[in-house]
Amino acid sequence: MLEYYLQLLVNGLVVGSIYSLVALGFVIIYKATKVVNFAQGELLMVGAYVCYALTVQAQVPFVAAFLLTLGFSVVLGLAVERLALRPLIGEAHISVIMVTIGLSSVLKSLVQLFWGTNIQVFPEVLPNTPVFIAGMPVSPVYIAAFALSFLLFAGFSLFFKYSRLGIAMRATAFDQQAAQSMGIGVKNIFALSWCIACVVSCVGGVILGNINGINAQLGYMGLKVFPAVILGGLDSLLGAAVGGLIIGVLENVCDGLAKDVLNLSGFKEVAAFVVLVVILMIRPYGLFGTHEIERV
Amino acid sequence: MANLEVSSLTLTFRGLAALMDVSFIVPEGQIVSLIGPNGAGKTSMLNCISGRYTPDCGQISLDGLDLLRLPAHRRTSLGLSRTFQNIALFKGLSVLDNLMVGRHHLMDTGLLASILYFGPARRKEDAHRLKVEEIIDFLGLSPYRHQIAGRLPYGVQKRVELGRALAAEPRLILLDEPMAGMNLEETEDMARYILDLNEEWAITTLLVEHDMGVVMDISDQVVVLDFGSVLAQGAPGEVQQNPEVVRAYLGSEDSHFLGR
Repeated sequence: MLEYYLQLLVNGLVVGSIYSLVALGFVIIYKATKVVNFAQGELLMVGAYVCYALTVQAQVPFVAAFLLTLGFSVVLGLAVERLALRPLIGEAHISVIMVTIGLSSVLKSLVQLFWGTNIQVFPEVLPNTPVFIAGMPVSPVYIAAFALSFLLFAGFSLFFKYSRLGIAMRATAFDQQAAQSMGIGVKNIFALSWCIACVVSCVGGVILGNINGINAQLGYMGLKVFPAVILGGLDSLLGAAVGGLIIGVLENVCDGLAKDVLNLSGFKEVAAFVVLVVILMIRPYGLFGTHEIERV
Repeated sequence: MANLEVSSLTLTFRGLAALMDVSFIVPEGQIVSLIGPNGAGKTSMLNCISGRYTPDCGQISLDGLDLLRLPAHRRTSLGLSRTFQNIALFKGLSVLDNLMVGRHHLMDTGLLASILYFGPARRKEDAHRLKVEEIIDFLGLSPYRHQIAGRLPYGVQKRVELGRALAAEPRLILLDEPMAGMNLEETEDMARYILDLNEEWAITTLLVEHDMGVVMDISDQVVVLDFGSVLAQGAPGEVQQNPEVVRAYLGSEDSHFLGR
């Protein structure tokens, strides 16, 4: 019995770490450009499909395919920012949000056009004999997934904290006008934000593809990111990490509990959104988000 | 050599003229003040120079270089820096990081070298820190070095903002109401800083300020704007005597325009 729940916990952490990655991308875009990106899940899906096309259809070795996917995601991020978002700088928030919704539809249709709607499976990259951690069997893919997410997160956190560009990005998030007058090219910062968001989402997509296989519904992962970022705080990187993990664990454990105790299935899809509603009622700025204090 | 030269500048917002045919010169090494009633176009003028607004016609040149051709963020490397009327600090960053962002355009170390933090990257970083520490000492900000800028008292935030502008090593600094909302002591400190940075660091200064006592004390020249046009310009003494200025400024001649 205990093992059943521990297994759920592990599953939750792994799925949660992918939510964290996608949430990281979402938060970076929101912080730097104040755009709520509804296409975050579709970016993940595109990454997964490109990697699938390279490994399965073009028979490129996985590591090379992974690196090529990263390169592709950089280009995708730049293109999306330049073509869809930059012309809208200075327009109303609602227009920009509608554009990201449109973008999600376009990306989804393109993927269905090229690869159809069936589930596609990645080739086995890692051996599937389980590794035992504290006596519990864990699949190596899960460990690799968690480690990769963690590394990316740590890398980007250091980048934001210490690098010149990272600090410039944070500065831009606080005050665009002042950043500009300090010699920071604000448009370049916007492009960089989309690039990073695109890269982390695509990596998330590749990891997810290795675990579950992919289909055209993968973009709905993007919706799960909302509970994660709202729980963590819309403008906090740490919040994205913690929020993603918590939502991942919660939905798996709640689902297990519902099956175990109430004999109900399908609670998984709802659990995250129940949390979302509760959070919005008691702590709308999230666990780590900026609590607006008005000084008079 | 003239440092900043504004000639026949006109700026309109949907047909409403904020600046009309404005010309003046800020000579190298001087402190020039821009004064005028609220809405006269002082901040608009600064925004045109720094690149936030694009004027409809006219010219702005810095040492003979046409500023209007450059996007705002490129003007910083020509030696232009500014502060804002309503404090525009990076509120969530520490004082130190705020000042380091001021040096953004002076940093050219590549990403890889800065990650590894070796050789030239390390030496440059140290040089930047040294300069920032010098500014921190100059403005008496050492007790606040590692504090989050947004949580500091108002007067200190104003000083941090000045420090950030100085960190960019400007040759021309635009100060938008640096004394607004300050008490007498803070105002005197700020006036001292402005005089010092002008004299010791040879930074040409364009000042927008409502505190007439300070303006008349520290300026080499005063330019008076009213309804977007230049009403008068000259040495503080001359401008004070100008009856038109007195009328525009306070609506009557027996006012206390001459300062405190």
